Amino acid sequence: MDAAAPSAAVRAPRPSGLARLETAAPFILLAVAGIGLPFLGEDYWGVIATRACIYWVLVAGLNLVVGFAGQIAIGWVALLTLGAYATSVLTAGTAMPALSPYLALGVSAVMGAIFGVLVGLPALRLRTFYFAMTTLGFATILTQIALAWQSVTGGGIGVAGPVFPGPFSTPWGFYFMCLGLAALCTWMTANIAASRFGRSLIAIRDAEVAAEASGIAKPALLILVFLFSGATAGVAGGLFASLQSYITPDAFTFDLSVLFFIAILIGGRGSILGPLLGTILLTILPEFAAPLVAWSTFLYAALLLVIVLAMPGGIADLLDYKNRRPLERHREIVPRPELLSQLLGWKADATSLHLKQVELSFGGVRALDGLDLEIKAGQVHGLIGPNGSGKTTALNVISGYYAPQAGGAHLNDAPLPLAAPHTRAARRIARTFQTPRLIGSASVLQNVMIGGTVDGHCTFVESLLTLPRHWRDEAMLRDSAMLALSSVGLEQLATVRADRLQHGELRFMEIARALMLRPAFLLLDEPAAGLSTEEIRRLGALIVAISRQGTGVLLVEHHADLIFDICDHVTVLNLGKILADGTPAEIRSHREVVNAYLGA
Amino acid sequence: MLESIVSYGLAVGAVYALIGIAYNVMFTASRVFSFTAGALGMLGGVLGALFINRFGLPVSLGFLAMLACGAILGVITEIVAVRPVLKSLDQHLYVLSTLALALMIQQLTAIEWSTEPQPFPRLLSFGDSLIDQKFWLPVLACIATIVGLELLYRHTLIGRAFLAISEDNYAARAIGLPEQQLRMTSYAIAGMIGMLAGFAGGEVLLAFFANEPMLNFYGFVPVALGGMGSNRGALVGGLALGLFQQAANFLVGGIFASVAVFVVFIIVLLARPEGLAGGTAARRV
Repeated sequence: MDAAAPSAAVRAPRPSGLARLETAAPFILLAVAGIGLPFLGEDYWGVIATRACIYWVLVAGLNLVVGFAGQIAIGWVALLTLGAYATSVLTAGTAMPALSPYLALGVSAVMGAIFGVLVGLPALRLRTFYFAMTTLGFATILTQIALAWQSVTGGGIGVAGPVFPGPFSTPWGFYFMCLGLAALCTWMTANIAASRFGRSLIAIRDAEVAAEASGIAKPALLILVFLFSGATAGVAGGLFASLQSYITPDAFTFDLSVLFFIAILIGGRGSILGPLLGTILLTILPEFAAPLVAWSTFLYAALLLVIVLAMPGGIADLLDYKNRRPLERHREIVPRPELLSQLLGWKADATSLHLKQVELSFGGVRALDGLDLEIKAGQVHGLIGPNGSGKTTALNVISGYYAPQAGGAHLNDAPLPLAAPHTRAARRIARTFQTPRLIGSASVLQNVMIGGTVDGHCTFVESLLTLPRHWRDEAMLRDSAMLALSSVGLEQLATVRADRLQHGELRFMEIARALMLRPAFLLLDEPAAGLSTEEIRRLGALIVAISRQGTGVLLVEHHADLIFDICDHVTVLNLGKILADGTPAEIRSHREVVNAYLGA
Repeated sequence: MLESIVSYGLAVGAVYALIGIAYNVMFTASRVFSFTAGALGMLGGVLGALFINRFGLPVSLGFLAMLACGAILGVITEIVAVRPVLKSLDQHLYVLSTLALALMIQQLTAIEWSTEPQPFPRLLSFGDSLIDQKFWLPVLACIATIVGLELLYRHTLIGRAFLAISEDNYAARAIGLPEQQLRMTSYAIAGMIGMLAGFAGGEVLLAFFANEPMLNFYGFVPVALGGMGSNRGALVGGLALGLFQQAANFLVGGIFASVAVFVVFIIVLLARPEGLAGGTAARRV
């Protein structure tokens, strides 16, 4: 952290008070409207608003699963059912001595969290559609159990919902309780969204490979999110039972699941405000369309289809007016290598990265045939060869995407775990990709901040509640990211959505993201592909400057000029074996290399 | 009791297998699993009852009309819910678009047809001497479908074109195969197979709108366990599922049967995400 202390020149643009107010304004307006509602004196609208709050408590948590992590959890109504029955049954005391409703609500939250993980677990291993199916299956099963377990749940006859004593026993009192919880959930999920956890979730959704290279472990993160959203669903269930005052399995139809899901999609993935508006909209909508009540699910489904096909970005995209402002046409990337010493100014312990006797076959094709390769700290090591000679495969073995059949990669003689790409970031091995892997909907700054995820210290709970360490992490990551962006020459584009960048800019953005790791070794996979001559020259200078800070660079490239200009050492591969190895001058005059690859 | 477990189990198992095959045919054509598979099965029963019982058509005409509707619905699925989202396959929007379409079909049926199970007509005036026709018809339909698909895929030019597309989409297009028409045809075939499932099993499952989610799930289980794209896997898996479910039903009661199927499904999938029949090798049709 200290090593990355920023200079005044490139200090990150802190969100000004005004900008923060602009972000918070819609939420404040909604809160004011929510608090003012009772003064209208319409009790019926109170019930509708209570329902909207309860739905939002669930949707807020589910939003992290669906909208941020991109996991298609369709049957989340199962957890609402669970929470509703748990709170009601524990309060009524049919299964064990009766508890206070508040305590019962707490128990439901815990149960919801546990079952949230159980329902979510398959997502860690299964394909999307399979996971969607298992959540559906779970919802069906739970309803059947509620029907069959008559002694506890009352079967088809049902069970009375809890009444919360004290100030919350009146309808308006209960409304304020739900409003408060809804506000709490909004605040907590907004905190997560603005933390490294929120960025990591979106990275898992949109660029899983890049997320792994940045050290994001998908299972651990998803389990945290399932815990949280299971708990909010459990609480929502308890509140729902109280609002209904009497629950039967019929109350928990699949239609509700669809409603929750659509609220998020209408709102837009990766947004908090959008799904919140979506939830309010979908709760109120049926009130205006009373004659169509039988058609409500049909209309929801039709809406879902229209959204998926016509506006996958949802409300959040419509509200995102800032990113519709045109960008400057003629932009130049001017790296500032002199800033690298601030970013990378530290002495790495790792001095050599060594591939030893690596053999890897894909079916009948020998991609790597006993490859030995050593990359030294502070050097630029070029790796060239014809297409299919194993360059990218070698890089993928180092970064852990492929497990070789024999041999492996060693960092200072310590073997690197096989097939575990997320372990490389902590060892300060960073990489870029042949095709840039970016999170298109996030800003350039956020994309770069992803690269520093492993350097964050605060826990999920600390971020949830914005405890001091959360702010320190965020400030540190934002400053480093601005420094990295300035170093590669993209600081003007920091707030722009990444999918609006040109190809060349994306290449430099990926390098900035990799630099966030303060890498001991940096693996670049064809970074010059698609760049202009001038950009290639600047890229070359940047790479040399990076290596002079002590970082070992492995450069896989086809531009022979770039390779011979900047490399300290060049290895030529052919058919998975080393054809030649030496200084650029030696390689340039190597007869076989000239014949096979470079041409005279 | 054993007799009723076996006859009933094989009958529903054959329906599950047919739904599984409908999933597979759509999957091999587009790399997409469609939630409309269950809707097709449900409609097979509903449309059969509608055409034959309510409109009074002869069984043969009702059967053909039902198949035609299946083909049309298949094509609609392809145009509305699959084709627009194919270019962004990695975002998995197809899960949502096909789910939306399936829900619309289900709700429309609930509103326009009935929310109560309705009787399904007897199809044949013979063939009940040994075993009741409602038990052997689904099995026969299933076998006929599998044999038909094998013949189509192995011995006709258009069938080989289907295989080429499922094997390597780009290469198939590069040699000039009309990928889009072939995909639509596949969806039409899948539509007919799905409807056939509901029609042949009509007397067992009745004409009931809520069959859709049930068939969606139980039809997918054999696909997931048997390996996606494998019709033989779907057949074996479907029949085994039907027998297991009915045995559990008779022995310990319905709720346990559902829970047991679900638990087995999850455990097997978590242990072997590629299905019991094994990985990519079983992907061939």
